[in-house]
Amino acid sequence: MSRADLPTPDGGPAVVVEDLVMRYGGTTAVDGLSLEVPRGSITAVLGPNGAGKTTTLETCEGYRRPQSGRVRVLGLDPVRQRRELLPRVGVMLQAGGAWSGVRADEMLRHVAALHAHPLEVGMLVERLGLAECGRTPYRRLSGGQQQRLGLAMAVVGRPELLFVDEPTAGMDPAVRRTTWDLLHELQRDGVTTVLTTHYMEEAERLADLVHLVDRGRVVESGSPMQLVRGRGDATIRLVVTQPFPPGAPESLATALGHGTEVTPVDERSLVVTGPADASTLAVVSAWCERHGVVPESLTLGRMTLEDVFLALTGRGLAPVAAEPAA
Amino acid sequence: MSAPGTFAPRPGAAPYASMVRTQAAMETRLLLRNGEQLLVAVVIPLIALIGGVVAANRLGIDLGGERAVDALTPGVLALAVMSTAFTSLAIATGFERRYGLLKRLGASPLPRSGLLLGKVGGLLVVQVVQWVVLGVAALLLGWSPHLGGVLLAVPCALLGTAAFASLALVVAGTLRAEATLAVANLVYLLLLAGGAVLLPRSSYGGASEVLVVLPSAALGDALRGAMLDGSPGFVPLLVLTAWALGAAALASRSFRWE
Repeated sequence: MSRADLPTPDGGPAVVVEDLVMRYGGTTAVDGLSLEVPRGSITAVLGPNGAGKTTTLETCEGYRRPQSGRVRVLGLDPVRQRRELLPRVGVMLQAGGAWSGVRADEMLRHVAALHAHPLEVGMLVERLGLAECGRTPYRRLSGGQQQRLGLAMAVVGRPELLFVDEPTAGMDPAVRRTTWDLLHELQRDGVTTVLTTHYMEEAERLADLVHLVDRGRVVESGSPMQLVRGRGDATIRLVVTQPFPPGAPESLATALGHGTEVTPVDERSLVVTGPADASTLAVVSAWCERHGVVPESLTLGRMTLEDVFLALTGRGLAPVAAEPAA
Repeated sequence: MSAPGTFAPRPGAAPYASMVRTQAAMETRLLLRNGEQLLVAVVIPLIALIGGVVAANRLGIDLGGERAVDALTPGVLALAVMSTAFTSLAIATGFERRYGLLKRLGASPLPRSGLLLGKVGGLLVVQVVQWVVLGVAALLLGWSPHLGGVLLAVPCALLGTAAFASLALVVAGTLRAEATLAVANLVYLLLLAGGAVLLPRSSYGGASEVLVVLPSAALGDALRGAMLDGSPGFVPLLVLTAWALGAAALASRSFRWE
């Protein structure tokens, strides 16, 4: 009997995913992914675009039938027991989810009316700044306004478990903080949240548990602190003016010696992780001088989830285009 | 910051009947909200009615020996059914797919049956409004239908609604929203002009026998039969039933929710 067959009493995991495999045509979106979401937690599924986050979430929401593996949500099969499950979960899609001509408050009232004990709509409208949408139809709202409406629609039914897909994509920083505050208050009141994100700051600020996902698999799980501490305390970022000469990462790794790891980010930047300190900085600086490499910036900082992800996968979380290219 | 406990979970679906009412009310409001929909639903049939009656009287066109308003009103009511059940429903559903509304409601407590019933409810409310407006206009123009014929026309209109709504879902569930918009309007215009909905099939000369298989002609014939002769006739009802069953089967197989 696998874990997913066991009933989930209160305190058991809210979500259990075991060896989930999902393929579309020739591509494997999810490739043997396993994860758990403890009740009462905010759990982040963090990874780059195309890592399989949304597919995993939509399988938990019952939109897709697992091709292989098992999924249990609040102890239920999200496909076969969907009708029983749905009133208990709140879902925020990555995009869309309303009539094109509907007003924000009207849409929220509609979703509220489908539930037995909805939250007070006026309170949510105020909390998420939706009053500014006025009488504007949904199709003409900004991306951030549509996101906030989507979040309001997910929480208005007073769910036990919230699935939010990239909740703050397209939001400005102030609204993003408001959203994080709301998710923290939901947690305070006992709501479990599963969120996907490719913002490491979001995962660090919000999540109790982070599942780092790459190419359809979980590569590492833990609290943000555990993940960061397991990989050394500090990180050095080196960005240079011209592309590195061939073999640069290996040469720098040799110069630094044991215990440090050198990971290229792109042709003009790399990250050094491990017990890095000021003297390591001096070594890197000397190595640059010796190889005729001119640093544009050389910084010593606290290790971030982004660095952990990079060290695990050799790739950044953000799309490469987000880095200023030469 | 809200008081602790504000968001304490208390999940649950609203009662089924209340969800369906909510959904139907919203569908109705949105169907009536935008101008193009109202144009297609009420203004065009109204113009067809008034224009048709005035032209027939002025030009002395013979409409099978009937008074113009008696001959034309059933077809105008059929056109109204077609405009809402087919054109409006297809366009609305196409954009519901495009904007992820259907997907999102799929994760709400509202089951698919409730969504469908809500849509039907919205359709019927709009059709009642259409029939009242057009019926009053026809009465003002001197329409004098048999009450029994009008009552008989109601189930025929419902059958027509089933056929056209199923066809609308076939289109909206398979094509992109823009393509649905184009097809829904084009088919409406083609059937309006050549589908024997407004005018009886006899006015199409030799094409009359071919047109008998069209759902538009069948609905027009059924309503004319009911309101003019007191019987919708067997063939139109058979044709509408076949379209309704065939299109519903196709829609339930082909409909894509995303």
